[in-house]
Amino acid sequence: MADKKNDIDETSGIETTGHNWDGIKELNNPLPRWWLWCFYLTIIWGVGYTIAYPAWPMITGATSGVLGYSTRAEVAQDIARFDEQNSALETALADADLTTLAENEELHRYAVAGGAAVFRAQCSQCHGSGAAGATGYPNLLDDDWLWGGDIENIAYTIRHGVRNETDFDARWSEMPAFGDILERDEIDGVVQHVLAISGQDHDAELAATGAEVFYDQCSACHAEDGVGNRDLGAPNLTDAIWLYGSDVAALTETVRNARFGIMPPWGERLGEADTKAVAAYVHQLGGGE
Amino acid sequence: MSNYLKLVALGLVVFIAALAANWGRDLAYQVHAILIMLVAAGMFVWVLRQTDSPQPTIDTSGYMDGVIRAGVIATGFWGVVGFLVGVVIAFQLAFPVLNLDWAQPYANFGRLRPLHTSAVIFAFGGNALIMSSFYIVQRTCGARLWGGNLAWFVFWGYNLFIVLAATGYLLGATQSKEYAEPEWYVDIWLTVVWVAFLAVYLGTIFTRKERHIYVANWFLLSFIVTVAMLHIVNNISIPVSIWGSKSVQVFAGVQDAMTQWWYGHNAVGFFLTAGFLGMMYYFVPKQAGRPVFSYKLSIIHFWALIFLYIWAGPHHLHYTALPDWASTLGMVFSIILWMPSWGGMINGLMTLQGAWDKLRTDPIIRMMVISLAFYGMSTFEGPMMSIRAVNSLSHYTDWTIGHVHSGALGWNGMITFGALYFLTPKLWGRAQMYSMSAINWHFWLATIGIVLYASSMWVTGIMEGLMWREVDAQGFLVNSFADTVSAKFPMYVVRGLGGVMYLAGALIMAWNMWMTIRGGETVTAPVGVPAE
Repeated sequence: MADKKNDIDETSGIETTGHNWDGIKELNNPLPRWWLWCFYLTIIWGVGYTIAYPAWPMITGATSGVLGYSTRAEVAQDIARFDEQNSALETALADADLTTLAENEELHRYAVAGGAAVFRAQCSQCHGSGAAGATGYPNLLDDDWLWGGDIENIAYTIRHGVRNETDFDARWSEMPAFGDILERDEIDGVVQHVLAISGQDHDAELAATGAEVFYDQCSACHAEDGVGNRDLGAPNLTDAIWLYGSDVAALTETVRNARFGIMPPWGERLGEADTKAVAAYVHQLGGGE
Repeated sequence: MSNYLKLVALGLVVFIAALAANWGRDLAYQVHAILIMLVAAGMFVWVLRQTDSPQPTIDTSGYMDGVIRAGVIATGFWGVVGFLVGVVIAFQLAFPVLNLDWAQPYANFGRLRPLHTSAVIFAFGGNALIMSSFYIVQRTCGARLWGGNLAWFVFWGYNLFIVLAATGYLLGATQSKEYAEPEWYVDIWLTVVWVAFLAVYLGTIFTRKERHIYVANWFLLSFIVTVAMLHIVNNISIPVSIWGSKSVQVFAGVQDAMTQWWYGHNAVGFFLTAGFLGMMYYFVPKQAGRPVFSYKLSIIHFWALIFLYIWAGPHHLHYTALPDWASTLGMVFSIILWMPSWGGMINGLMTLQGAWDKLRTDPIIRMMVISLAFYGMSTFEGPMMSIRAVNSLSHYTDWTIGHVHSGALGWNGMITFGALYFLTPKLWGRAQMYSMSAINWHFWLATIGIVLYASSMWVTGIMEGLMWREVDAQGFLVNSFADTVSAKFPMYVVRGLGGVMYLAGALIMAWNMWMTIRGGETVTAPVGVPAE
């Protein structure tokens, strides 16, 4: 309770401060030397650092530091360095004719590398980081193309997008929702017919009635044999590649309510060189024509 | 007479809460109004039943321990809840399908994450701080808690705040400030409770019978005062309507960000560091039975710590719209803070001088020592991560999450477990905890859990930082964001398992506390008897 002078702790032989709270005493040890010196060192370093770098706020601004460092300038330098290094190739790419791009080996390699980087940052959210797509977002690795798979067509799709309201030149087509047009059994028939022409298990009887409906309603876009039409973005229905699924439920949903996949236009955001770069990258993934 | 005033006041609260429930503009606000109405109505009935009946006299000669017993139970309870939610969200990150469709939007990661952080920091940590500061201030001042039932108001008021905050997050009420998510009316309520807390604490110190104020009380007082200041400034906002939860911050843009991280960093500094150092300064010397290592060190590191901490916030905003000068200062103060932080670790560990043998026999001391070790580790890691160049790699990665958890699970969690094991037998008059081997199990589960957690987050954090910044010779990005996410999967599973182990340890502790309180037969066999 009361302060006792000259109270020595028996275990360590060190004097205590004489205080005692609920049985807790305090030894009168000095500050550990290494601790104190490290503390001083960090303070000295701190003073030096704030002289070297922008640090102290003044009335109208802050000290800028004797090294003239700035985080923004550092990034700008980094960007400028690559811009300078790549400027010749960048200009060449912006002016390049896409159909002959592959002949210029150096420029093509540059375009593919740059296009891959843009793709990872901007396109992978929908098409996947490996470009394999997802339900509703086309796979770009195969040779099945909705709007054409040569490099010019790919570049056009990237530049203007698909079914968006922002670009007047966007790829555009719209499948009607046949739920409002056809009877339920007609839709069932069409679905069976589509299963039949794509080589899947189907009900032959229903499919036969569906074939007639298909001829009347669907062939204008998907062609009589169902191979589709790239001018209209109408998919080929005879292969094994399906954007929204190939089972009865998915096909019925497609026929009844239609699909309306949208892609934004990238031309203005990416600029000429990057748009071409992405086109070159996608074109060489495997399915380019 | 005072009972009639209370009845009038409670009646008014019920009435206004009913109006608010009726006119409320959003679900969270309405649910809260109904909750407050029910609480006030229950208290109304309770006060009414007491009125004009003879009251048993309370013996005020001894310490006031009832509220601390309640605090011990609340700490254990909220700890288990907070760790459980943490495990759930850890597995949601590893397996997104666990954001169950039928539970949307209430149980998605975005709503459960603040529930986890608030439950562990404010519910578990806050109750631990309040109950242990009530215990420590009485013992080291030789005085009963000041203010009579005000201490009970602090306990129940604080836990009501937690319930309002937690239900608010699930129902979508948030002001989107990290660690300060509750909306305006919950903030006002917390302010009232906190002022009462300060009054109880200061009142007890003013009526102390000891001449000097013990070091633990300096830390606890600095924690209470600073948290009040931080809370008020960071939550200045204007409600869109008094009948709705939505409010608008008065600061905007980078000023708002800076205020937020001035708050956020000092919530770590004063809530999780200064406050818990206060706990450490009492429980470590008590459990070790040894004097505090150095009085001088405690003075110097206390003042250095509370002076320096308050400037370190800008290191959360490197490479943002924050001007470079502010970012430099934040970094420099963080580095100078390194030694003052370590002062607490040295004072705690060196207090064991002459009692190191207890590490072999006493799992509670072991818990406190590992807690100080994690404190030292994370207060070294923190200044290092505040260096701009390191931060450019570590920021926004899981490294930050790992850093926070080695501090929170290691330092805050372990010292709190130690305090609970110290307090439970004392407060319920038992010789010791029901099972000492269960404490040992808790110690190892928690320690291995933290190691799994921290190391997996170091690996995944540094990996994703390197993947994000990787460019090829021509300056092109090499990885997409999705690539980094899928690369993290195995580490996320390991982190979740670490969390499961930590939670399992806490469940064992809850069982052990329950058995101790129930007063079953005590297991007296000591654990790990040293070889003769």
